[in-house]
Amino acid sequence: MSDKKTKFIRLALLALSLAFILAGVLRGEQLVVLKKAVNICLECIGVG
Amino acid sequence: MKTKTGSRHARRRLAIQTLAAALFNGYVLGFAKGKIFTGTTKMVCVPVLNCYSCPGALGACPIGALQAVLGSSKYGFSFYVIGLIMLFGVTLGRLICGLLCPFGLIQDLLHKIPLPKQVISPKIDRPLRLLKYAVAALTVILLPVFLTNQFGSASPYFCKWICPAGILEGAPALVAANEGLRASLGFLFNWKLGILIVVVISSMFIYRPFCKYLCPLGAFYSLFNKFSLYQMHVDMSKCIGCKICERRCEMNVKVTKSINSPECIRCGVCKASCPTGAISSGFNIKIKRA
Repeated sequence: MSDKKTKFIRLALLALSLAFILAGVLRGEQLVVLKKAVNICLECIGVG
Repeated sequence: MKTKTGSRHARRRLAIQTLAAALFNGYVLGFAKGKIFTGTTKMVCVPVLNCYSCPGALGACPIGALQAVLGSSKYGFSFYVIGLIMLFGVTLGRLICGLLCPFGLIQDLLHKIPLPKQVISPKIDRPLRLLKYAVAALTVILLPVFLTNQFGSASPYFCKWICPAGILEGAPALVAANEGLRASLGFLFNWKLGILIVVVISSMFIYRPFCKYLCPLGAFYSLFNKFSLYQMHVDMSKCIGCKICERRCEMNVKVTKSINSPECIRCGVCKASCPTGAISSGFNIKIKRA
């Protein structure tokens, strides 16, 4: 793959990632993450 | 035998790994109190596999967070977490695995124990490396999306049935401080403890078995190695074909052929081992053309 093509894909992925983060924040997904993360994940520690 | 450069590199790398582990798990009071951190920084994912039920964890585990959003009744797709994973991946690639991940550090330390090291035959190793992609696709994405309960939400299947990080980082302090949790331990705890024991023991004989064969986050980041801003490079005009880099590479990467392989965790051992300085790494490496 040429350098130019690699750079283009890299920039596109970067732009897409930022757009995704923004879209997710506007949807309020970060609050779901926060709610999960501030409570003990019983499944994670093997309690069920 | 390690050269002076190799030893210096190993010490520097260990220092960075330790600092990163301390940074991601900086809520020391949590270990003393047997409680997890509940601050707002937990809405941000750290780039590494780090259980958010670790008492010290200051951020969210991206794999746990992804399952939480995908498995919620409200969302079928997570722009936020996937966006963060993409951002980490396109910036650093698997440098995150080699330099920042606490669970990677634990495996590295276990591998230092002087026991005979096993070389897995390529016939077994190569297909087994694909397992982590299957784990990622099935337990992190498909099951949380499709296997939901009557309320439309799902368990974090990877965290529940496979991830050993929660048992290692989260369980000891929380279970010790909480009688209710102790009374609830049963089959699932024993199952996960069994997985942890297998990973711990195999790490002593095989280099980073979890990273090679099971880690879904490593699987995601591996897709970005070729495109990430951080790149490894071999200057073939300086390379003398001695293959020391490939002999030293414990991820079995064909360094001179595909240095930005999806399996490269960018530990830098090849770079430190190269007698001619043919290997370089960094952001925006300018490649000199003849």
